[in-house]
Amino acid sequence: MEKVLLKNIDNPKSTDINEYMKAGGYSSLPKALGMQPKEIVEEVKRAGLRGRGGAGFPVAMKWTFASADPKFPKYLLCNADEGEPGTFKDRPILEKNPHLLIEGMAISGHALKAEYGFIYLRGEYPEAKHILDRAISQAYEKGLLGDNIAGKGVKFHLAVHQGAGAYICGEETALIESLEGDKGQPRIKPPFPVNVGVWSKPTVVNNVETLSNLPYIINVGGEAYAKIGTPDCPGPKLYCISGHVEKPGVYELPMGTILRDLIYTHGGGIRGGKNLKAVIPGGISTPVLPPDKIDCQMDFVNMPKNGSMLGSGAVIVMDESVCLVKVCYRALKFFEHESCGKCTPCREGTGWLRSILGRIENGEGVEGDIEMLLAVSGNIMGKTFCPLGDGAASVVQNFIKHFRPEFEEHIRTKACTAKGQL
Amino acid sequence: MFSEAAIKELEAIRDKYPSARGALLPAIYIAQREFGYLSPEAYEAVSAALGVPKATVRGVATFYAMYKHKPMGRHVVQLCTNVSCMILGAEKLVDYLKTKYGLEPGGMTSDGRFSLVIMECIGACGTAPAMLVNDDFYENLTEKYIEEILEKYA
Repeated sequence: MEKVLLKNIDNPKSTDINEYMKAGGYSSLPKALGMQPKEIVEEVKRAGLRGRGGAGFPVAMKWTFASADPKFPKYLLCNADEGEPGTFKDRPILEKNPHLLIEGMAISGHALKAEYGFIYLRGEYPEAKHILDRAISQAYEKGLLGDNIAGKGVKFHLAVHQGAGAYICGEETALIESLEGDKGQPRIKPPFPVNVGVWSKPTVVNNVETLSNLPYIINVGGEAYAKIGTPDCPGPKLYCISGHVEKPGVYELPMGTILRDLIYTHGGGIRGGKNLKAVIPGGISTPVLPPDKIDCQMDFVNMPKNGSMLGSGAVIVMDESVCLVKVCYRALKFFEHESCGKCTPCREGTGWLRSILGRIENGEGVEGDIEMLLAVSGNIMGKTFCPLGDGAASVVQNFIKHFRPEFEEHIRTKACTAKGQL
Repeated sequence: MFSEAAIKELEAIRDKYPSARGALLPAIYIAQREFGYLSPEAYEAVSAALGVPKATVRGVATFYAMYKHKPMGRHVVQLCTNVSCMILGAEKLVDYLKTKYGLEPGGMTSDGRFSLVIMECIGACGTAPAMLVNDDFYENLTEKYIEEILEKYA
């Protein structure tokens, strides 16, 4: 498959605007600016593009809602708060292909009649901040951002807003709060950001990878784009593989690549010839899978049928040496730390789950602990403002669902039975 | 108060937002750099520069993990211990920093050279275990590699 998102990133000067243009970059922008905003939305609809942040929402539909709102100005926000543990797929775009994102945002801005854009970049990517700042000023110098972009009478201004270490800000309404200079606590929906978003104006929040598809879609047309991937989830996808594989990294592949192929073909298989024990397929908050569940297409439609989710496409591979009670405990430590504190089930529940998992892991578990974990999880699930609480609860439920004997053995023997030190 | 340079920097940033309040997160970063950490004077400076009450500045600043609320070492080691790093040995590296440098999570070396902050995923899972020292990424860490890296930071 021709590289769309990671094209030319091996060029050491890939972040420079001249190199990007030499490779055909910024050729879609004038073409898009010559189109009516509605025509661009139609093209995206034909492409079948779905949001790559994890939810898989149809992009054209979100855009149509925001466009239909009569309020101005409208804002386009790029969610570059890639914080889901296991996820590092947007980093190569941000650090190696920043102009692809900028071009994609300028095109999307025109489609939405949004004159202002912000890239909400996680604080943990300081290098990306410097690279994006430089790329944006280069784009301004060339007249590709500003009051009259590419001389076509369209206005689009873009700036980077740096987050400060809060996973929750990847949730779109928390991101908006944070951009407004507040604590990143989610808002209740409705109203949705497409109507009442940042500074109470219609706002579209799209992921880095999503927006980076735009230049290609405009270039080849929605119909040709939709031939990549699966019929329900077209396009290329950035999958990132970490953990116990021979070749971890970010792979650009057609959407719908089989999980087994990702691990054994692209990822080179399990390190040191060990056996596979478990896979978290889409970032830490997606349900863990046992080895007999990896013959599934990785997309927004097939993963749920297989008992998990595509999430961010972040595959964490664990071999037989790993103690899954410990992994579950570490995950809950994370959720407790990142819970924003706004609603009680998540704020209190994640702490209790962490505490019970901690005592099981430390050989102090008691009979009834597993039932208590399930009871607490059940009291979080579906009862919180945002999906963070659901994610935490689902991690516990699915680790127990697939690996209950390991939890039971920890409690019974007061010790860890995994082969390794973990 | 902020230095002249910091005020200029902040004014340029403020122009990017439709309201001064939008510049609060970047202003707190600037204050942290100017004052070393978020001291009472740092809060005062942010409050005065943006016209946002001190209590609000503090409320926002304490929400985010990357703002520092106590004096830090000259170099801040930010080591990830989340799942991908953990299963590839990050915890042993925490122990190593403790025994070799006397550096505890959340603590500082007695000579004020390093502080250690445990991070929740820094997006380097494919090259785990990983850390940032100040703004620099270091990946595929081993004990020996950490020793080499830290030598560079006086």
